[in-house]
Amino acid sequence: MALTLDEQPKVTLKERATKVNESLKGSQAWNSIFRPGSIFRKGYTDSPRNRSYVIMNSVLYHLHPVKVKRHAVKVSYTLCLGGLSFFLFILLTVTGIFLMFFYRPTATNAWQDIQSLQTSVTFGLMVRNMHRWGAHLMVLSVFLHMARVFYHGAYKAPREFNWVIGVILLTLTLLLSFTGYLLPWDQLALWAVTVGTNMMGYSPVIGSQVRFVLLGGVEIGAETLLRWYVLHVLLFPFITVIFLAVHFWRVRKDGGISGPL
Amino acid sequence: MTEIPEHLLKRAQAARDKAAADSGAGEAASGAPSDSRIPEELLNRSKAAAAGGVAVAERVATGVATTAPNGNSPQGTGPGGHTQRLLTVVKSGSIQDVKAVPVDKVHTWPHLLGVEFVAALACTAFTFLFSWFVNAPLLQAANFNQTPNPSKAPWYFLGLQELLTMFHPMIAGVTIPGVALIALMLAPYMDRNPSNKPEDRKFLTSIFTVHLMFWAVLVIIGSFFRGPGFNFTFPWRDGIFFDL
Repeated sequence: MALTLDEQPKVTLKERATKVNESLKGSQAWNSIFRPGSIFRKGYTDSPRNRSYVIMNSVLYHLHPVKVKRHAVKVSYTLCLGGLSFFLFILLTVTGIFLMFFYRPTATNAWQDIQSLQTSVTFGLMVRNMHRWGAHLMVLSVFLHMARVFYHGAYKAPREFNWVIGVILLTLTLLLSFTGYLLPWDQLALWAVTVGTNMMGYSPVIGSQVRFVLLGGVEIGAETLLRWYVLHVLLFPFITVIFLAVHFWRVRKDGGISGPL
Repeated sequence: MTEIPEHLLKRAQAARDKAAADSGAGEAASGAPSDSRIPEELLNRSKAAAAGGVAVAERVATGVATTAPNGNSPQGTGPGGHTQRLLTVVKSGSIQDVKAVPVDKVHTWPHLLGVEFVAALACTAFTFLFSWFVNAPLLQAANFNQTPNPSKAPWYFLGLQELLTMFHPMIAGVTIPGVALIALMLAPYMDRNPSNKPEDRKFLTSIFTVHLMFWAVLVIIGSFFRGPGFNFTFPWRDGIFFDL
């Protein structure tokens, strides 16, 4: 350019970004969101103090202590199985919420809804697949987690009660998976659940009553679908979350994960 | 036993060496026994008291009666001018529960969170890719008038369904899984062995493995080796009658 119209030095993009960044970090809104000491307030450079702050000044402090035993971070010890079970639970919640938008738990609509979800909803088939395979994977990972804990003798004092909670969580996982099994309302779902619930009817004393309440009748029908839908998306996840919270809390209170052997 | 990390051991050794070097000269001069932290004169006094408590009392009494014969020590003092008597010495270790065993720890961030993040990513990637290539089954709409042959429960219940072919439904469907669940929950209370070392737990590990294998075999048979009428088949001969 031949002409220079203004004498002032040009404000570069970098300077402008810095200015915006500074005013944002100084704002009341920003400082109300992030606690004093948060790395989002004071920046992060790698130091032992900041490493502690990352946990201490975030919600992660509810899950993890600031420091853990060195052997506890060895993948070869835990194989990440407990963490993966929890992560799969989150993945299943997210994909499950997506599926709920397109699904009506009635005998006339359920199968058709799944069908159209797969054929005419963007990523519908993908999300349904992830939900299904993730569910099978979760049953597997919870089961393997239990086996790992047993082989390490990690249920011994003071962790006895956390093992009991773990067995309850395994049962809840199976119940979650089993109630979800019916929801596509196809031949596979209907008859797999028929086989499963027939077994339940043989429980002594209360067997037939429990079966009647769960099925909403003497045989599987439209009422069963609605009941199992509510159990699957609301009741069992709710109970599971409570037991998960107690499970994680006890892991920390009982002195972190067990070992080394 | 907790493993004490090497750098802490080194540091402790260095500190001990330094302390020894500092106090080495003084101790050699006084000739005091280095293993005891109790001053020598106190030990001597307690020994004297043990030898004859009456003697000490008499001496104190005479000290009170006489008006400071040597003039140096005030009234009511013991030998050497001390105004207290040593009753007992309690070493700190026996009354203070000091748990200063160092534990080798690392910061959760980045050591644990990093691993967790990678594991979560890998898990998502695996589920995503698997879902990309394999579709979840969706058979024909539910039909109450048409029972598929065979009818199978979800795979994790196929072990139970397999038991149904051998036992009364009450045993196979309720008693065995019920007892298994209760036994699992009671496991920590029944296992009285405090050790968690594999070599100390051979019996229990074997029992558990046998049960796991038993269960896995039942599930595999129920999944792949059961055909129409839930009769035994070979998957390579008659095909697989199994939907996940």
